[in-house]
Amino acid sequence: MKDFLTRQMSGFSATYRRELAAYFATPMAYVFLAVFLLALGLFTWEAGRFFDTGVADLQPFFAWHPWLYMIFLPALAMRLWADERASGTDELLLSLPIGIPGLVLGKLLAAWTVAAAGLMLTAPMWVSVNFLGNPDNTAIALTYFVSLLMAGAYLSIGAAVSALTGSQVAAFVISVVIAFVFTAAGWPLVLSSVQSLFGTGFADLVARFSFITQFEGAQRGVLELRAVAYFAGFTATFVYLNCLWASRQRLG
Amino acid sequence: MLEVRALEKSYGAKQAVRGVSFTVEKGTVLGFLGPNGAGKSTTMRMIAGVLEPDAGDALIDGRSILSDRRAAQAALGYLPEGAPLYEDMTPPEFLRFLAEARALPRNQRASAVDRSIADARILTVCHQRIGDLSKGYRRRVGLAGAILHDPPVLVLDEPTDGLDPNQKRAVRALIARMAPTKAIVISTHTLTEVPAMCHRAVLIDRGRIIADDTPAGLARKSEDGTLEGAFSRLTDQVEDETQ
Repeated sequence: MKDFLTRQMSGFSATYRRELAAYFATPMAYVFLAVFLLALGLFTWEAGRFFDTGVADLQPFFAWHPWLYMIFLPALAMRLWADERASGTDELLLSLPIGIPGLVLGKLLAAWTVAAAGLMLTAPMWVSVNFLGNPDNTAIALTYFVSLLMAGAYLSIGAAVSALTGSQVAAFVISVVIAFVFTAAGWPLVLSSVQSLFGTGFADLVARFSFITQFEGAQRGVLELRAVAYFAGFTATFVYLNCLWASRQRLG
Repeated sequence: MLEVRALEKSYGAKQAVRGVSFTVEKGTVLGFLGPNGAGKSTTMRMIAGVLEPDAGDALIDGRSILSDRRAAQAALGYLPEGAPLYEDMTPPEFLRFLAEARALPRNQRASAVDRSIADARILTVCHQRIGDLSKGYRRRVGLAGAILHDPPVLVLDEPTDGLDPNQKRAVRALIARMAPTKAIVISTHTLTEVPAMCHRAVLIDRGRIIADDTPAGLARKSEDGTLEGAFSRLTDQVEDETQ
């Protein structure tokens, strides 16, 4: 068993380090971080009315996370496999004595690290609310944690689709559509029409599969095992698909 | 050293490789010749474990590419067609990545990287990004990657394609230096370099081997006694048969 895992995960750390370096060797990571932070700030202040709520918490900030992840994280993940295909380096990778799962997880984790860096750079927001009042810092830390998990789920969609299409633009568009479906499923606007069409029971079911619904509890500072399991399971599913789609290359 | 057994591969209805078999011993450089689309690259991809064969097998240093893929790949140095590389890395970064991915022992990685840089003669471009290098140097960086772990078997897909005469000579010299200790397969369609570089030539057309001889023996199969003559006569013949 241990042998099997070692074999499957061989190449993980080499891939992780190479991918992380690739993000920062090009302007990719810097552009992503700058625009992501700008957009997050803009939405928090302008649309979320951060100061007008009169409450020292990060509610207006976290509420935008699913929506921004939906657009930004597929952009971060789209190059992971499509770029290899375009430059022919996938052939080089497949000729190495390493396991596909190690490759898949190494790439995903590199993108996840960049996303985590983005989240960490929002710390000034957290510091600010502590100057303005007495927020529940445990609750905020917990929301950050679940948000990071959710980011992994969004990235796993983008990475898997990138392996499937082999084209960055197609990967981005398809990933955003899939991410939108899983995000908007919990949107009241969508839910009310689902409810009127298929009944309340079905609407509840749809809502349960939505990232927004799963993230709601965490936003209130409640750690729900259900949400953690959902995001972990979702990511695992797409990692599995990613492995399948990446090894499909071997079949020609 | 390298034993290829009846490899077959189809893409949809098109049969790209139909039962290719050959054996290469240590100390032999085998030239893998054939027109474009004959199945050279497909065969090499299957040997490298990049492509799964429909039937057949390849043994690299006695390890099957099907049932013991990682061990077989560990014994193989492979240069894919066009020498794809990570353009954002410098040559040493790229080689260090390969050393880590191939799980070379930690204390041997630095010396393996240094040795392959010296062997491929790329020391002067080590500080440049691979994306900024000329075609000749990129090919040599790819070669450095293929010989990094000092494998007993080398499969090089068109290592001299698109290089100028000086660069070709440098690559040929490198291959000649390595030849005594390794089994090497080189694909090319530059026939003039075959006698200088290869001990044996396998001619493939439409997925089948149509000749397997020394370069001189192959040349004798033509009317004018040149490899080129043999190449066009033999590949034309197959064309006639299928029509």
